[in-house]
Amino acid sequence: MPTMRRISIAAAGTAALALALTSCAGGDSGDGSDIDRTADISEQTLTVSIWADYYPEDLAEQFEEATGVKTTIVNHATNEDVVAKLTASSDPGIDVAFVSGQYAQALAEQGLLQELDKELIPNESNLYPEAMELAYDEGNVYSEPYAWGTTGLCYRPDLTGFDPTSWNDLLNPVDELVGKTTMLSTDRWLALPALKAAGYSVNTTDDAELDDAKAQLLETKPTLLAYDDTTFYSKLVSGEAALVEAWDGWCNYGIAENPDITFVVPEEGADLWVDTMTVLKSSESKEAAMAFINYILDPEVQAWVAENILYKVPNQVAMEDLDPTLIEAYPTLGITVDELFEQEVIVDLGEDSLKYVDLNAEVLATN
Amino acid sequence: MTTTTPQATPAVRAHRARRGLAAAPFLAPGMLFLIVFMAIPVGLLAFYTFFKRGRFGGLVFEFTLDNWAKLAEPLYVGVILQSIGLALVVTLLALLLGYPMAYAIAGLSPKWRTVALVAVVLPFWTNFLIRTYAWILLLNNAGFVNQWLQAIGLTDEPISMLYTPQAIVVGLLYMYLPLMVLPLYASLQQLDPSLREAATNLGASPWRAFRTVTLPLSLPGALTGCIFVFVPAMSNFVIPELIGGGKTVMVGNLVRDQFYEARDWPFGATLALVLTMLLVVVIVIQAAVSRRITEGPRRG
Repeated sequence: MPTMRRISIAAAGTAALALALTSCAGGDSGDGSDIDRTADISEQTLTVSIWADYYPEDLAEQFEEATGVKTTIVNHATNEDVVAKLTASSDPGIDVAFVSGQYAQALAEQGLLQELDKELIPNESNLYPEAMELAYDEGNVYSEPYAWGTTGLCYRPDLTGFDPTSWNDLLNPVDELVGKTTMLSTDRWLALPALKAAGYSVNTTDDAELDDAKAQLLETKPTLLAYDDTTFYSKLVSGEAALVEAWDGWCNYGIAENPDITFVVPEEGADLWVDTMTVLKSSESKEAAMAFINYILDPEVQAWVAENILYKVPNQVAMEDLDPTLIEAYPTLGITVDELFEQEVIVDLGEDSLKYVDLNAEVLATN
Repeated sequence: MTTTTPQATPAVRAHRARRGLAAAPFLAPGMLFLIVFMAIPVGLLAFYTFFKRGRFGGLVFEFTLDNWAKLAEPLYVGVILQSIGLALVVTLLALLLGYPMAYAIAGLSPKWRTVALVAVVLPFWTNFLIRTYAWILLLNNAGFVNQWLQAIGLTDEPISMLYTPQAIVVGLLYMYLPLMVLPLYASLQQLDPSLREAATNLGASPWRAFRTVTLPLSLPGALTGCIFVFVPAMSNFVIPELIGGGKTVMVGNLVRDQFYEARDWPFGATLALVLTMLLVVVIVIQAAVSRRITEGPRRG
C-alpha cells in the first residue's frame, strides 16, 4: 500500500518468475483447515508474496536456515496485484501474503484466509497490546501486523516559513504556497485531507460528506503543483514543493537527503494504515506459514523494517530497542503508539469503496 | 482495407479474388499472428464491456449496458474531447515544425541526408521514461530553463512551466515529432524533381511550383505523419502524469486507472475499446483521403 508503490522493474521481473514458480507449486488441494501442530515443517515448502524492497534480501535463506523450510519469496507491486492473483484461482500457489489491513479484511470476508493458530505464533506477545485491536481484524484472527504508520504533512520549514498544523494549510494554502504543494491521488488518500479537515471519518460512506470533500478538493486542485504518489519527497528535496501530503515512512526518504525536511500529523487527525501478514486457506504448508509469521515477529527480525525501510513496526520489543539516534534523525519513527491510535484505522468498505473510486475520477478529471 | 471499388466489373473482381487467393500463403502467417494477438484481445475487450465488475477486478457474468451508459457522463465525454483536442494541437504543431524539416532534409546531399535522418531518430535510442524525466529537470521551477532565464535577467521569479496542459503538449510534441518527419521525408524525397522543373520552365514562381506541385504530392506523407503522431499522442498516459502533474487526465490515464486503481475491468475495457474505435475511424478517414489525393477525384 503506501509502501512499495514505486514502479519496480525488478518487481515486474520477479512477478513473472513468480508465475513460473507458483504454477509448479500446485498439487492436490486438501481441505486442510485443520492445523497439525506436530507436523514436521522442514518437509514443507513455502511461497511468500510481499512488496518488493520491503524485506531483507536474504530473508528466505535466513528462514530456511532457522527452520529448514524451503522458502521462495515472490514480489507484488500493489495490494491490487496480489489480491487479483489470490482471487483469480482456487489455488494461487501462495502460502503467505502480505497485504494492507483493509485488504486482509476483504480477503477474510471472502473466506480465503486461514485462521491463525496462536499456539504456533508465540512471538505475537512481542506486539504492542494495541496491535491486537485493529478495526480491520480485531484480535488478529486472520492477520498479524508487519508495519504501520500514518499520513500527514511532509514539509520544508525553510520554504514554508511556518510550521503547518492543519490539513487546511494544505487544502487552502496561503498565497506564498500556491503552486508549491502536492497531494496524494491514489485510493483513499486523495479524499483523506478534505474528510479529516471537515471532521469526517476516513471511512465515511455518507454521500453528503463525500460531496463536501469533493467540493473542497476541486477548490484545492488549482493551488497544487501536482498530484504525486511516488516522487513527492524528491520534489521537496529539489525545492519544487514546500509542503506535501505524504505517508510518514516516505517522508523519511526526503529527510535522508535533506535533514531540514520534517513531518507532522495535522491536528484534525489522519489514518492509521497497517501492512499485514496473512495465511491462505488454500495453503498446504500452513504450519510452515505460521512459523514464518512467528519468525517475522521476532524482535530482531522485525526491527530490520524500522532500521532499513524507516517504517514503524508494531513490535514493542523491537521499537523499544531501536537506536535512539535513528529516532532523532527520523522523527516519524518516534511517533508513539498512543499518538498513532488517535488516528483512524482504514477499513474495507465493500461495495461502497466505489464511491471513492468515483470521487477520485471526478476530482482528477475535472479541470 | 478493401481494394474493390464500386466501379469494378465482375471480371475484374474475379481476377482480384484469384489474386487474393494466390497471396494466401504469404498472408497467412502474418494474418494468423495478428488474429491471435490483435483480433482476439480486441474481441475479449468488447466482451468485457457488457458485464459487471468483480469486487477485486475481473468480471461478474451478469449482462449490463451500464458501462456504455457511463461513457455518456459529461465527465468522461469531457476527458475524451480534451484528449482529442490535445492530440490535435500536438499533431498540428508537429506538422508545422516537421514539414520544413523534412523538406530541408530531402534537399540535402545524400551524405548529409543520412546524418540528418540519424539525428532525427537518435532520441529513440534512449528510453522513453528517461527522456520524459529530462523534461521535468528542464522545466521545473528550479530547473535549467528557469535558471537560464534568471541568469540572463529575463525574469526574476521562476516561471511555472511544468505540470500544465501546455507542458503536456510540449512533451508529446517532442516525443512524436520524428514520427511526423520520417513519412514526410519519404514522400518528399521520392518526388520526381523533373515535375518541379517543368513547372518552373513553364513560368511558375518557386512558391507557385511548391504550392501546385510539391505540396499536393506530399500530402499522403503528411497524412501518414499526422496519424503516426495523433494516435500515440491521444493514448499516452505517462506524459500527462509526469509532465502534467496528474492534473490533466487523458483517455489513456482513465483506461489505466480503471484497471489499476478502480479495479473496474469492464469500464476500463469500454474506454479502451472506444479509444481503439476512435483511432480506427481516424485511420479509415486518412486512408480514404489519401487514396482520393493519389488517384485524383473520381469520375462518374
